Amino acid sequence: MKAEKSRNFALEIVCILLVFLFLFPFFLVLVNAGKESAGIIIDPIGLPNNLTQIFTNMGNVINSSNFSYWASFANSAFITVVTLTLLVVFSSMAAWVLARNKKRWSSIIFLIFVAAMVIPFQVVMLPILSTFRNISTMTGIQMLQSYGGVIFAYLGFGGSMSVFILHGFIKGIPYELEEAACIDGCSPEGIFFRIIFPLLKPVEVTVLILNGIWIWNDYLLPSLMLGLNGKIKTLPIAITSFVGSYVKQWDLILTAALLAMLPVIILFLFAQKQIIHGMVEGAIK
Amino acid sequence: VKSAKKNICLASIAVGIAAVVYAIILIMNKSESSLRSPLLIIGFLLSILGIFKLPCKKHKSIMNVVFLFPLLFTFAVTVIIPFIIGIFYSFTNWDGIGFTKFVGLQNYITMFSSPDYLYSFVITFIFTVVNMISVNVVAFSLALIGTSNLRGRNFYRAAYFIPNLIGGIVLGYVWQFIFNKVFTSIFAGSVSMLTDPNLAIAAILIVSTWQYAGYIMMIYLTGLQGVPRDVIEASNVDGATSLKTLFKIKIPMIANTFTVCIFLTLVNSFKQFDLNLAITNGAPSRLLGDSVVQGTSFLALNIFNTAISKNQYALGQTKAVVFFIILAVVSLAQVTINKRKEVEL
Repeated sequence: MKAEKSRNFALEIVCILLVFLFLFPFFLVLVNAGKESAGIIIDPIGLPNNLTQIFTNMGNVINSSNFSYWASFANSAFITVVTLTLLVVFSSMAAWVLARNKKRWSSIIFLIFVAAMVIPFQVVMLPILSTFRNISTMTGIQMLQSYGGVIFAYLGFGGSMSVFILHGFIKGIPYELEEAACIDGCSPEGIFFRIIFPLLKPVEVTVLILNGIWIWNDYLLPSLMLGLNGKIKTLPIAITSFVGSYVKQWDLILTAALLAMLPVIILFLFAQKQIIHGMVEGAIK
Repeated sequence: VKSAKKNICLASIAVGIAAVVYAIILIMNKSESSLRSPLLIIGFLLSILGIFKLPCKKHKSIMNVVFLFPLLFTFAVTVIIPFIIGIFYSFTNWDGIGFTKFVGLQNYITMFSSPDYLYSFVITFIFTVVNMISVNVVAFSLALIGTSNLRGRNFYRAAYFIPNLIGGIVLGYVWQFIFNKVFTSIFAGSVSMLTDPNLAIAAILIVSTWQYAGYIMMIYLTGLQGVPRDVIEASNVDGATSLKTLFKIKIPMIANTFTVCIFLTLVNSFKQFDLNLAITNGAPSRLLGDSVVQGTSFLALNIFNTAISKNQYALGQTKAVVFFIILAVVSLAQVTINKRKEVEL
C-alpha cells in the first residue's frame, strides 16, 4: 500500500511538471501580451511590470484595421454556426436516406462519400477556385469572397465524413420504430424530423464538434476563397494579415494570438467533456 | 382541401420552372442582368418545394431525392467535379483561368526533375515518419500515466488536450516567438533554431508533437479503459510485473487503437501545412548542389507556393495529384492491413 502511495506521488509530480511544460507557451502568450515591445526583448519570461498594459495592447489590437477583432470574430462565428446548422440537417437527411434504402444506388453513393474522405484539400483547391469563378461569372451568384461560397464549400467538404459517422449510427436504430410511426399515419418526412433526427443527438454532437473545431481554425480554404486582404476575414486570416503588417511587433502579435485563442478556450472550459468525447468518437469511427 | 393543395403545388412548380428557364435564357445570352441569380435560386427552390409537397403516390421516392440533394450537390460541386477536372488539368498548361494545349506528361517530368520538389518530398517523408513515432510515443506514455488512479487526472488530461483545440496558424506564430525570442534569451548567446534548416524542421516537429499528442492520448485512453479489469487482475494474481502486463496484455488488446492512432498521425503529419506556414514559411533556404531550395517547405506548402506564389497552376496541380495518390495508397494499405489483422484476431 505504501509503495503504491509513493509511486502515485511520484507520478503526480511528473504529471504536474508535464502540465507546466504543455501550458508553458500559453503562459508566455499571457505574460508577454501584457508588456511593451521593449519589455519583451529585455525579458520574455518574467511577469509584466505594468498590469494595465495588457488592456492597452488589447485596445490597440482590437482597433487595428488589419485585425478588426470584432468583425473577424463575427465572421468566423457566422460561417461556423451557419455551416454547422446546415451540415447537421443535410447530412442527417442524406445519411438516413442512404441507410434506409438498401438499393444499389444508395450503396454506390455511400461508397463515393466514403472514398472521398481520402481526397486532400490540396488536390481540389485550385480547380475549386476556377469552378467557383466560372459559376460567379455565368450565373451572377457570388461564390468567391462571399459567405455563401465558403459555407457551400464547407458543406461539400464536411459532408462525406459526417454522412459516414451518422450512417453508422442510423443503422443501429431499429427499423420497427419507423414502421410503427408509418402505421400511425406519420409521413416519411415526419418520421425523419420527429423521430430519427432527435434520436441522432449524440452523434450529431460529435459531428458538430469535429467540424466546428476544423472550420473555426481552418486557414487554407478561407485564405483562398476570401483572400488575405478581402472584405471578409475570419480569425485565422485576420491574424495572418496582422502578423504580415506588424512584423516583429511581438507585443501586438501575441495579444492578437491571445484574443484569437480566447473564444475556443472559454468554450472548452464549459463543454470540456463533450468536446473531448466528440473528437475521440469521431476519430475512432 | 387535397385538390387545393395539389393546385398550389402545381402552380409553385410552374412558376419555379418558368423562373429557372428565364434565368437560363438570360445566362445563355450572356446577360449581365442582376435578376438572373435570384431568379435561378428562387425558381429552383419553388419548384423543389412544389414537387416535395405535391400529394402523390411517388412521394417517398421524391422525398429521397430531395433529402439527398443538398449534400450531394455541394459535395459534387466542391469535391467530385474539381477532383476530376483537377486531374485533367495536370496534363495541360492550365494557368488558373484556362488552358491552351495538352502537354501530356510534361508537368510530371518537370516536377520530378525539379530539386525543390524532390527536396520537399524527402523532408516531408522524414518529418512524417519521425513525427508519427514521436507523437505516438508521447501520447501513449501520457495515456499510461493517465490511467493510474491519480487525483486530478481529468485536469491533467484537459491540459494536455488544449493545444489541439487552437489552430495551427495561431500556435505557429506563438512558437515562432518562442524559438526566436524566448529560447535565445534562456540560452543567452545562442542563435534561433529557425535559422538552420535541419533544426527548423526539428522545431516544427516539436510543435507538431506538442499540439497533437494530447489528442492521440485521449484515443489511447479510451482504448486502455476498454481493457477488462478482471483480465489485468488475473495477470496480477499470476504474478506478472506491470511491464509484463503492459506488453503481453494491454498492448495486444488495444492493437486496433494503435492502428487508428498511427494512421491518424501519419495522414496528419503528411498534410502538415498550418504550422509549416506560420513557423518558418519555408525559410531558411538551403544550397542543394547548384540550386537554392526552401529549407523547410513540406509538400503541402510547396504545392501552395508553386500555384499561388509562383503562379504555376498546372505544375502545382500536378504536384497535388501526386500528393493525393500517395495519400490514397497509404490509406488503402492501412485499410487492407487492418482488415487482415481483424481476420486473424
